[in-house]
Amino acid sequence: MNQLLKRKSKGDMWFDIVNYVMLTIVMLLVLFPLYFVLIASLSDPNLIYSGEVWFFPKGFTLDGYGRIFSDSSIWIGYANSILYASLGTLIGVAVTVCAAYPLARKGLAGKSVIMWFLLISMFFSGGLIPTYLLIKDLHMLNTIWALVIPGAGGVFNVIIVRTFFQSTIPDEMWEAASIDGCSNTRFFWSIVLPLSKSVIAVMVLYHVVGFWNGFFDALIYLNDESKYPLQLVLRNILVQNQANSSMMIDVESYAAKMRVTELIKYGVIMVSSLPLLILYPFLQKYFVKGVMIGSIKG
Amino acid sequence: MVDSRTSEWDHSTIKPNRKIWNQIKRDYELYLFLLPIIIIYLVFKYYPMYGIQIAFKDFSPSRGIWGSEWVGFKHFIDFFDSYNFWTIMTNTLTLSVLSLVFSFPAPIIIAIMLNQMLAKRYKKIVQTVIYAPHFISTVVLVGMLNVFLSPNSGIVNHIITWFGGDPIMFLADEGWFRPLYILSGVWQETGFATIIYLAALAGVNPELHEAAIMDGASKWKRVMHVDIPSILPTIVILLILALGNIMGIGFEKAFLMQNDLNYATSNIIPTYVYEIGIQKAQYSFSTAVGLFNSVVNIILIVTVNRIAKKLTETSLW
Repeated sequence: MNQLLKRKSKGDMWFDIVNYVMLTIVMLLVLFPLYFVLIASLSDPNLIYSGEVWFFPKGFTLDGYGRIFSDSSIWIGYANSILYASLGTLIGVAVTVCAAYPLARKGLAGKSVIMWFLLISMFFSGGLIPTYLLIKDLHMLNTIWALVIPGAGGVFNVIIVRTFFQSTIPDEMWEAASIDGCSNTRFFWSIVLPLSKSVIAVMVLYHVVGFWNGFFDALIYLNDESKYPLQLVLRNILVQNQANSSMMIDVESYAAKMRVTELIKYGVIMVSSLPLLILYPFLQKYFVKGVMIGSIKG
Repeated sequence: MVDSRTSEWDHSTIKPNRKIWNQIKRDYELYLFLLPIIIIYLVFKYYPMYGIQIAFKDFSPSRGIWGSEWVGFKHFIDFFDSYNFWTIMTNTLTLSVLSLVFSFPAPIIIAIMLNQMLAKRYKKIVQTVIYAPHFISTVVLVGMLNVFLSPNSGIVNHIITWFGGDPIMFLADEGWFRPLYILSGVWQETGFATIIYLAALAGVNPELHEAAIMDGASKWKRVMHVDIPSILPTIVILLILALGNIMGIGFEKAFLMQNDLNYATSNIIPTYVYEIGIQKAQYSFSTAVGLFNSVVNIILIVTVNRIAKKLTETSLW
């Protein structure tokens, strides 16, 4: 077999060359924008403006980062995002894992009814306004609860965890434990959870990334700026061009202001994406794992 | 849906109801585990479905959902008759059909190419890089479009002027909204979407490849006649899901990219529902528009699923 694979015809050689060249181009197309943000955030805004920054930072400066870190709204956004992400992840993962455990068990009466009860929400939903009115009536507007509770226990996640339980914790294990007098709850705590660290890690990652990157719920349900998560603060700066006055404190002319705003934008992109981008290479395999268990046997 | 226990009941002397009741009593802890998700779904998913009735009413906050007056299909008719109905429909459909056409095949092609890569370490590097944009938030993605495409300082316009062209106001141009929306989506999601196809390709029976090599098939021929047919079921399932989601095109990016100057092409149903409902507080009208959207969506997914079942014997249910 190996011999066979090694023997290449001329056509196969060309196939490989074209393949490698094209994938390398694809990789560079993905990488360059990210790299450019990094070098631009470290360059002199005047040189970015005149188009002299291409492949390396020019006129190295940390001025942009200095301005960003002196601004309190970024810090408040960071703190809020960390709070929302941790509480939201805790609630979301707990609800998901608790729901998946009984649904993975053979012979639970009414299991398929409950499964359909969850699945229907994937195809049909009340929509934006009825949900908004409900949150309003529950007096959850402008509170953290509007962000962390309504979305907890998404169907896809429940299915992923359920599939994991079904394939790693066989029913015989439960039967053996129950004969020894183990209760369902005890089985969950001392057998299921310790054996499911990897899927729980995947769920934690999914939730953290979701909460860190999300802005839609916050946009609709929060109106107090001191409660804004990082993404809403970013939206003001990146999309609506409203860099805060504390960042602009010493900038005199309109033209200079424009330039500094651009510099701040590059820096802000780095500051907000950095935590994920640094962790990402280490966590990548868990995400891949999550997609795999969710897709193949789902 | 039907449990295997049903057959036991026929022979059993215990009444089925009693048996189920005993089971529930035995497994009561398991139902307690399910309690949180059931409460959350009842309150936050099913109660809003009950709230949909305001699409057929003139909702007034003081009288509540139940007390408001029925008006039948008035809001739907108003929407169909409104001067911008066809613009919104065209925008929604064009945007979603075009993004499907461009973003659906890309991960399949990339996955097949990656699968043919023999250098394991280089393959890993390529994968790590192309998955990365998936983890960037929509706000940051639109922010990147803003800085790259800025008419004065963006790198794209620097390249255009370097080649002697005139700077283009990309984000303020209604003609550029769709290409930017689609291309940025392809950039962000293609890599990550390859994972599923790579998994499917890893499951292809190696004997098929061996046999093809014995018969003297080139790599290209093996891709065409072994790899692609083997992953076809995966492709069909994902295509059904994507087609069924045609009307469900995302709110977030369109909303962030929208401004007064590109409104003519960026105004799609989800942004319209937000604008009319949340910003202008026309709750009933906005709910009617949203309901129309989800009904069309359900009809689409059911139809597509049925067609796929007939043609390829692969389907969601």
